[in-house]
Amino acid sequence: MAKAAPQSLRKGIEVSISMAEAAMQANVDVVAAYPITPQTHIVEHLSELVADGRLDAEFVPVESEHSAMSACCGSSASGARTYTATSSQGLALMHEILYIASALRLPIVMAVANRALSGPISIWNDHGDIMAERDTGWIQVFVENGQEAYDMTFHAFRVAEDHGVLLPYMINFDGFILSHVIEPIVYWSQELVDQYIGLYEPMLRLDTKNPITMGPVGIPDIYLETRKAHDFVLRESKATIVKAWDEMEKLVGRRYRPIETYKTDGARILLLTMGGVSETAMTAVDALREAGLPVGLVRIRLWRPFPFEELYEAVKDCEVLGVVDRCLSTGGPGGPVASEIKGALYHKDKRPKVVEFIAGIGGRDVRVEDFQDMAKKTLSVADGAPLPPFELVGVRE
Amino acid sequence: MSESRLPGWKDLTLGLAILEPMSARNNLTGSWRSERPVWDHTKCIKCGVCQMYCPEACISQDADGYFQADMDYCKGCGICSRECWTQCITMQQEEV
Repeated sequence: MAKAAPQSLRKGIEVSISMAEAAMQANVDVVAAYPITPQTHIVEHLSELVADGRLDAEFVPVESEHSAMSACCGSSASGARTYTATSSQGLALMHEILYIASALRLPIVMAVANRALSGPISIWNDHGDIMAERDTGWIQVFVENGQEAYDMTFHAFRVAEDHGVLLPYMINFDGFILSHVIEPIVYWSQELVDQYIGLYEPMLRLDTKNPITMGPVGIPDIYLETRKAHDFVLRESKATIVKAWDEMEKLVGRRYRPIETYKTDGARILLLTMGGVSETAMTAVDALREAGLPVGLVRIRLWRPFPFEELYEAVKDCEVLGVVDRCLSTGGPGGPVASEIKGALYHKDKRPKVVEFIAGIGGRDVRVEDFQDMAKKTLSVADGAPLPPFELVGVRE
Repeated sequence: MSESRLPGWKDLTLGLAILEPMSARNNLTGSWRSERPVWDHTKCIKCGVCQMYCPEACISQDADGYFQADMDYCKGCGICSRECWTQCITMQQEEV
């Protein structure tokens, strides 16, 4: 490859394709994936890159996502840098193996194009698929745009393969509204990628010359301790996650934090979002600020490990927080993100009230005006209106 | 086993991997046994069916060609007795 100046390439490219090319730049050894619906262009493009000889990797087109994640576990256990991608029903079919990947401490990187779960049958965007995988023990981030999706692929390998972490890493990016759009994305030079993530050096690997057993039975005498160790390392990984973002900032100049704030100074109310709708929400906040309303925005990037301290720091000074969920916990408390936020704030003496919105379910558009409306409703609670029950934004009576 | 001999969560290997090959041998499963297999050499034809069926792989052949179970690992499941072609293996109650 010709020596390129750092960040010399700015390409107009589909986000999924850029993520596949990021995986190629990360020099993955194995891609195991179910190649048809529900899937994105990520693995389609990776299969082309392998077939064309541009990426020296094993592409394993398996018969289901259950097999995809199983094959990923096997390849990662043997010491190969392993990547896959999935979405909605495919993620659901991986469910039981997701727990095994993390319990075995296998640094698999997976892109998840977040989409609704059936039924009714849907291929459109929301966060129903990933919220069902919340407790699988993976590192999970939500990205807001194509550049972040591309950048986070390198961050994922860097963090997952760190010997102080060794956990699988999910990059959540919104299906269709991110996965299928074309955005201008600044590519890293290969030199920068190599400098940032280096080679994967497994701490343990399956090797017939030095046989070990991975995944033994955890009898009641030991299962609890393994769960504690897993929880501990996932929580502790936050330091490595932030450090790797710091180093990325030095290399490419883009700054990523576990929690991001936007125009929060002097805000009486804040909206809270996660993922691709955040940029729409920012546009709404701009308009409301111009109209003189004291509103701001908080965005969650790091979902697991959950950044409790950073979240509290971001929301502690507002009067009311309007949480915008992308998933409905049917028959439960409303939205899963709002539940976690309320749990995180419950024991604080000083805490905002929480108004809950559930928006953009199954691909329903969430427009700038919708966010303005949510912000105004949140502001009315700050002005003394009674706290409403959670609202399914835009639902027809 | 006493509580203090079990490892704490900080002492576990990565992902609970077992780094020593064949360490399952340290687990003497013979303590589970309530009945032991006893071979009647007058009936035994040395066919080896008992050895093939033993789920613990703890049956071996001695110098004379007869079969015996390693009592460190024999759980007393009785499969050898059930499968024996000549019914030469009887299960006898263990006495304490």
